[in-house]
Amino acid sequence: MSRIDVRKTYKLYIGGQFPRSESGRSYVVNDAKGRLLANAAQASRKDGRDAVVAARAAFGGWSGRTAYNRAQVVYRIAEVLEGRRDQFEAELRAAEGITPARARAQVDAAIDRLVWYAGWADKITQVVGNANPVAGPYFNLSTPEPSGVIAVVAPRGSLLGLVSVVAPLVVTGNTVVVIASQDNPLTAITLGEVMATSDLPGGVVNVLTGLQAEIAPWLASHMDVNGIDLTGVDDADLAAELEVAAADNLKRVRRPAPDTDWLAEPALDRMTHFLETKTVWHPIGV
Amino acid sequence: MFEYAPAPESRAIVDIKPSYGLFVNGEFVDGTGTSFKTVNPATEEVLAEVAEASEADVDEAVKAARRAYTRVWSRMSGAERAKYLYRIARIIQERGRELAVLESIDNGKPIKESRDVDVPIVAAHFFYYAGWADKLKYSGYGETPLGVAGQVIPWNFPLLMLAWKIAPALACGNTVVLKPAETTPLTALLFAEICQQADLPPGVVNIVTGAGDTGRAIVSHPDVDKVAFTGSTEVGKAIARAVAGSDKKVTLELGGKAANIVFDDAPLDQAVEGIVNGIFFNQGHVCCAGSRLLVQESVADEVMDRLKRRMATLRVGDPLDKNTDVGAINSAEQLAKIRELSAIGESEGAERWSAPCDLPANGYWFAPTVFTGVSQAHRIAREEIFGPVLSVLTFRTPSEAVEKANNTPFGLSAGVWTDKGSRILSMANRLRAGVVWANTFNKFDPTSPFGGYKESGYGREGGRHGLEAYLRTDAKGADA
Repeated sequence: MSRIDVRKTYKLYIGGQFPRSESGRSYVVNDAKGRLLANAAQASRKDGRDAVVAARAAFGGWSGRTAYNRAQVVYRIAEVLEGRRDQFEAELRAAEGITPARARAQVDAAIDRLVWYAGWADKITQVVGNANPVAGPYFNLSTPEPSGVIAVVAPRGSLLGLVSVVAPLVVTGNTVVVIASQDNPLTAITLGEVMATSDLPGGVVNVLTGLQAEIAPWLASHMDVNGIDLTGVDDADLAAELEVAAADNLKRVRRPAPDTDWLAEPALDRMTHFLETKTVWHPIGV
Repeated sequence: MFEYAPAPESRAIVDIKPSYGLFVNGEFVDGTGTSFKTVNPATEEVLAEVAEASEADVDEAVKAARRAYTRVWSRMSGAERAKYLYRIARIIQERGRELAVLESIDNGKPIKESRDVDVPIVAAHFFYYAGWADKLKYSGYGETPLGVAGQVIPWNFPLLMLAWKIAPALACGNTVVLKPAETTPLTALLFAEICQQADLPPGVVNIVTGAGDTGRAIVSHPDVDKVAFTGSTEVGKAIARAVAGSDKKVTLELGGKAANIVFDDAPLDQAVEGIVNGIFFNQGHVCCAGSRLLVQESVADEVMDRLKRRMATLRVGDPLDKNTDVGAINSAEQLAKIRELSAIGESEGAERWSAPCDLPANGYWFAPTVFTGVSQAHRIAREEIFGPVLSVLTFRTPSEAVEKANNTPFGLSAGVWTDKGSRILSMANRLRAGVVWANTFNKFDPTSPFGGYKESGYGREGGRHGLEAYLRTDAKGADA
């Protein structure tokens, strides 16, 4: 008689913990052929609020770390992901029904993307900040700073899109509440396990699974969220509604990007969109 | 104390017409809407009748801007665009006195400020961005313009805000439709004349005067690619909602409630000058005004004594008098708002003190005022008053100062006064504000980016960073 396998319970990732939805709700996630993969947690409004609280609590410490330290932590995520690549390839194949070669390519690209962004932590300031030669006896310097707590609607797919939208925010010092792809949420929670064991402080990245159209409006209207990335919103009407809700506290909004080729090398814009510019003046004199 | 004899600047240099039309496609036209009056806030004298642009007028202006963009401006080399902007900068310098006098008449600000601050920075702004027009490939933002920019500006720095909007837009290859504020349209219309003198191609700059409806027509016009707004946070939010779901790129420069933080080791005489400049410059009609003074408890009494002594020497009155420090409140409506919030400050328990000064009988005036005993919950500590009213709070430790300073939905600017270098840098790091002035306040320069965090808006104006607002940086852009 063959061994009965031990199945995994997929929960949320909030504040470094893996709680079930406080609502007690779950939803069925199927594989590409329509067979049951698992029941995923269906996050509630309260879960969303808890995630924002965790992200806010983590912001001061994370944004206050040295850029070198953030670089090492994001690089560490890549290392741990590399070590667990077989698991991720298997999950991608199961969830998306793709070939082994395609699954490998996705995982390769996700790891490489983390490495690419890790290196930006201590360079982005030099590339987008500058000294300003004002017409007077003043020192004047402009530097980028993270916007704060950013809500993200991740694009379709299990891994590469998710990594591509979260890594640029984390490496620049923002903290994140991400709504995983509704149809492929399971790998996002497994990625949470990787982040939880990569020296990333709890609360820097929080992952919610559930219904996009239900969760996203709560985050868009939350007054302690500073920005929202609508990359994964395919419904144009919903995207417009979310942008309207975001105006209540003037969140920085990144509009949907339906046709993004996630295998292509990114530009800087996923980092700069959620960076503020701070300019400091001081008189020069003796 | 010295008495000052009147030293009025002559207004003979300006020629105010009885009525003004709209500036569309290089010409002044009547427009199809009604008209409104602009008054001198120092005297309540009606200065001119100004056309109120209708939706149809705005549409004509956007069409003119689109034609100019497609046929002329986007095809012209950056080097040639630069030459037009340099021309404009030079004409502003040549006609600087005229612009300053007209600005003071229409706005109420002291001639000392319009002459020495506003107009020189306006010219410098055009000169600075002129030089970028043929160097955009080095900017880091690509060199693809957006198209037609719709721009709506406030009444506190009418010509300066115009420069902040138009100079980078044109340098990047966009054309513009700009609406000045309804209480201060005259220098924008004089600027239109300057565009004619510079032989700027028709339609590159269009000026449509009007109030909120005109602004809404610009913002929601489907052929506008870019919206830039400076003004209240309330209107900024309405604009953010109006553009939702569109492809329009938006920058918003909105309200503030800046903390000006004075530590016990600060050079107090300089700090007091900075406090006065921070809140009484331009009658406090400044989005980045240092409207909350946070003073360390151990020096609070001494700072207040020196501040009141200094405030008593401020000369309030005729904006055209070269000795005037504080001019007229811009409008009856704004005066009513300042009075209302000040009354609320008293009724909520703060102690009010106003500088002793004789205010003119006509016009809109408010004496420089300071409130002590203010708590963080008071409305005068939370809401933007946009007038010469300072709210004073105290603190004991640097962390308490940071917490109080950041305890606001705004994040435009902040000030720090201390002799300790490491403390300046620590405070500058921890203050969530787009501009931090350390041992100075209210300094502006074309090369220095300006703009806020949080509900003070998004995007930057000025400097290299100011180019981003007028270039295509998304996937359709040249550099993506």
